[in-house]
This record gives sequence, structure tokens and C-alpha cells, in this order.
Amino acid sequence: MAETLTLAATHGARTDRAADPASPLAVRGLTVSYGDKPALFSVDATFPAGAMSAIVGPNGAGKSTFLKAALGLIPAVSGEVRVFGQGLAAARDRIAYVPQRASVDWDFPTTVIDVVLMGRYRRLGLFRRVSRAERAAATDALARVGMEGFADRQIGQLSGGQQQRVFLARALAQEADLYLLDEPFAGVDAATERAIIDVLKALKSQGQSVIAVHHDLSTVAEYFDHVFLVNVRAMGEGPVATAFTPEALARTYGGRLAATQLDQLRLTGA
Amino acid sequence: MGADFVQFSLTPILIGTLAAIACALPGNFLILRRQALIGDAISHVVLPGIVVAFLVTGTVAALPMLLGAGAAALLAVVLIEAIRRLGRIEPGAAMGVVFTALFAGGVLLLEQSDTSRVHLDVEHALMGNLETLIWLRATGWDSLIDPVALSHLPVELPRIAVVAALMAALTVIFWRPLKLSTFDEGFARALGLPVSAIGLSLVIAAAVAAVAAFDAVGSIIVIAMFICPPAAARLMTNSLAVQVWWSVAFATLSAVLGYVLAGYGPLWLGFDSAVSAAGMIATVSGVILGLACLFGPHRARVGVAAGG
Repeated sequence: MAETLTLAATHGARTDRAADPASPLAVRGLTVSYGDKPALFSVDATFPAGAMSAIVGPNGAGKSTFLKAALGLIPAVSGEVRVFGQGLAAARDRIAYVPQRASVDWDFPTTVIDVVLMGRYRRLGLFRRVSRAERAAATDALARVGMEGFADRQIGQLSGGQQQRVFLARALAQEADLYLLDEPFAGVDAATERAIIDVLKALKSQGQSVIAVHHDLSTVAEYFDHVFLVNVRAMGEGPVATAFTPEALARTYGGRLAATQLDQLRLTGA
Repeated sequence: MGADFVQFSLTPILIGTLAAIACALPGNFLILRRQALIGDAISHVVLPGIVVAFLVTGTVAALPMLLGAGAAALLAVVLIEAIRRLGRIEPGAAMGVVFTALFAGGVLLLEQSDTSRVHLDVEHALMGNLETLIWLRATGWDSLIDPVALSHLPVELPRIAVVAALMAALTVIFWRPLKLSTFDEGFARALGLPVSAIGLSLVIAAAVAAVAAFDAVGSIIVIAMFICPPAAARLMTNSLAVQVWWSVAFATLSAVLGYVLAGYGPLWLGFDSAVSAAGMIATVSGVILGLACLFGPHRARVGVAAGG
């Protein structure tokens, strides 16, 4: 995989990678529009299997929109999405999704274990009873994020970091091959960030693929293998070592990054 | 509690209770989805729909009423979108304009048309006719097993019973998708759940409950029962299933207590006439909500104190 991932400097650098059945997520010509303004314009992106990939770009660049459109959560004007070489509907069981924490009402009357069990929905359907095995899977997922003591807690009692861990546990309970996370580190404490990155790296070591919308440029090189830069159009993609360059960032952020920030990145990258 | 009660109070109480439960069940989900006013909206839009359906068909049979109400609801949705886009105002305001305008139109239409042969007037639309839904053929509790007397039950009773049973069945059958899509729409979509269809079905179910209840008990109860019992129930528990049971209990309590208070309360106080049962039932549900706000065990939102 990785050897084909050269820096796609401009959008429309079409390759045959979208047809690669091994890629967990390949998107071609994705255009999404809110009203008359395009949020994404003709975006191509191919993510490598068994790696941790970051989706990076300035605020309002369409990072979350990219993830949502790839998952079919919001309608796209045009574009093709392949998940492990299949259409979205056929690959649903292989995808786990962690939405932004702020996207739900944490005052909802339910418990932590109930939320994690939502990750088992496709196995449970409308009526199947929650068996001991299903509950064990959910409890195990909670343990992996260090929240096993919180199973019966009302979700409104959780801190922001704990909420994020519960969302990750729900995704783990899906037992998927591709994990899509929308800003998993937004507003969480340092311990939670560490715990989440450990879980994601464990997933990677088991050969699973992780793609996360990420806003903290200073940790991209430390956490991720692959980066996809976006600002309405695709601004570059490839291994962090070759694609996450000050030039690519300047292009993506359009001068919105201060020179000192770029210097810092150059140092951490070196 | 003898023959008088069976004749004059049993059926109105049952109809009021079933109507309250039929509205409270979908109300639980509407409130959690921040769509509580949909119930309010539907019960207003229903009026012109029902009047037009009556004018077209000349009957107050259930099917044309339901179709009329459905068409009116659809028209309302289209109008709201149109006003929101063309007028560039916020959705809440657009909703308010459309529903009050349609309701007012319904009132005017009602006044201008000859509906003297049927139970269709403004007062009926607001308050229903709960007190008149009596069971004259009943001679006592024995009538409950007398087929002849049973065949003379007010027609509203089996109708609202079927709708209440339908609401209960839908709640049970679609419990998981309803709960999941209400809590986390994005995640539900990612699982492949038909989230938009679920949301639309919920509104349609609420509309069916509203139309059936409107027919028997008027729009005041409909509006109150969509909101008050579920909102009070939310303050009693942190579990959705328990909340739904509480809402059923509160709906039942409101209907029974409200009917009894309306019928006998003024007499106890020395007045010689009863007050509107619909008004009293809605008032009791409001009082229950007030008490739940003051004394409910989960009135304080714990998440706020825990901090983000």
C-alpha cells in the first residue's frame, strides 16, 4: 500500500487506488454542498489499511463533512465511496463510528452500558434479547477504555473525557475493521487522550484501520502514520513523513498558520 | 359506584385515559427529540383538515377525518418550509405562524359551514365532548358482559382503544431503533438505520394519536398529554423505559383525577354545576408536572454539576 501513496499535491490527481479492494476507505470525486456553497469539492482520498490516518484542515474546511459524507450520514452531490472495495451498504458491519461528543444530548435518560450496547444493535435487531455474551462484549469494550466501573452510571454524570471514552467503547463493541472518529480528542483531559490513543494503537497492531478527524497539528506526527489534508478541496495525502510538510500545511491553511507554528512542526517532524 | 357510575362516568373516564395514554406514548420521544411542540402543532392543524374533510364528504367518519388531518399536516410542513426560506425567519417562528393561521382558518371555516347536524364546532374542537360520551344502555357492572349493552358503547371508546393499543405496540416493537435514533442520530445512520423514516413515522404516529384523541377529547387534552406526562416522567427517573411507564401512570392519573374533579369537585365546594372535564384533565396534568419539577428525584440535571 504505502509505496503508492505519493503526495497528491493537487486535487484531481486521480489514480487507480480507489479500486484497490484492500483500502478501508477510498473516495473519488466527493462533492458536498450546504445550500449553494460547496463544503467539499471533487475530493479524492485513499486511506491505507492497518494504519492510523488523520484528516487535517482548518476550521470549516469540511473535515467532519468528509467523514459524514463518506459514511452516508449526509447527502453528497456526487462522488463514489468504497469501503474495503465494497459499497457502503454492503460494508456497514465492518465500520465503527465515533461521532463528535457534542452531537448528542448527554442528558438522555440512559446508562453507560446501554450506550455501549447500542454498538451491538446490528447483532441484536429489534427483538433479540441481550444475551450474556452480548453484555460481556459491551463490558469488555468498557474495560478497554478504563470505564468498567461506570457501567450502570447515568450518562449525564460523566465528565467530557469519560463521555468520549464511552463513545469509543461503543465503537469497540461494534467489532469492526475500520474505525472512523470525529474529533476524538476535542475537549478531553490529557489522561483520556492518552487512553484513547493507546486503544487506537492497539487496534492498529491488530491490523485494523483507524481514520480520525484531528485538529491538533502538534500531535499529528506522534499519533498518526498517514495524513489527508483538506480544505474544501483535497490538499494532499500520504505518509506523515512525506505529506505532512510545512509547504502542504501552508497550502491547506492558506497562510492562517503563524510561521512560529510551522517552525514548531518542523522541529517535531525532524 | 353503582349503575350511575357505569352509565355516566365509566366510559368518559376510559376514553379520557386511553386518549391521554395514546398521546403520552409518542410524546416521550418527541420531548427527547426537542419536538414537543409538534403535538401542539398537529392538534391545531387538524382542525381545518377535519372541517374540509367534513365539507367534502359530508360525514364525520374516521377515515375521511384522518385523511383530512393528514393532508392538513402535510400542507403545514410545506408552508413552514416555504415561509422559512422565502421569509428568511427562524423555524420556530415559521411554525408558529403556520399553525395559528391554519387553526384560525379552521375556526372561520367551521363558523361559515353548516355543521349543526354533527359534533363539529369550535368549542368541541377545543374541549371535545367527553361528558357526553356516556353509556346509556348500561344498567350496572353486569353490562360489561352483556353483548347487547356492549354494542351500544360510545363508538369513540373502541376507536381510541385501538389507537392506544397501536401506540403501545409501536413503542414496544420499535423500541430499540426509536431509542437509538433519538439519542444519537448520526450513529444510528452509520448503522444503516432509516433515521429519517423513523422520525417521520414518529410524527405520523403522533398525528394519528392526535386525530383520534381530538375526536373524543378535543385539542386541549391532546396538547397537554403530548407534553405534561412525559415531561413529568422524565423528572422521576434516569431510565427511558421507566420514564415511559411513569408517563402512562401520569396520563392515567390526570384523566381519572381530572374527570372526577371536574364532575364532583365543584359540588364538593358548594357550586351546583360541573366544570369542563377536558380543562380539568389538562390542569391536573399541569399540576403533576409542577409537582414533579418541585419534588421529582431527577429534577437537577446532574451532568451540569459534573462539568464537561
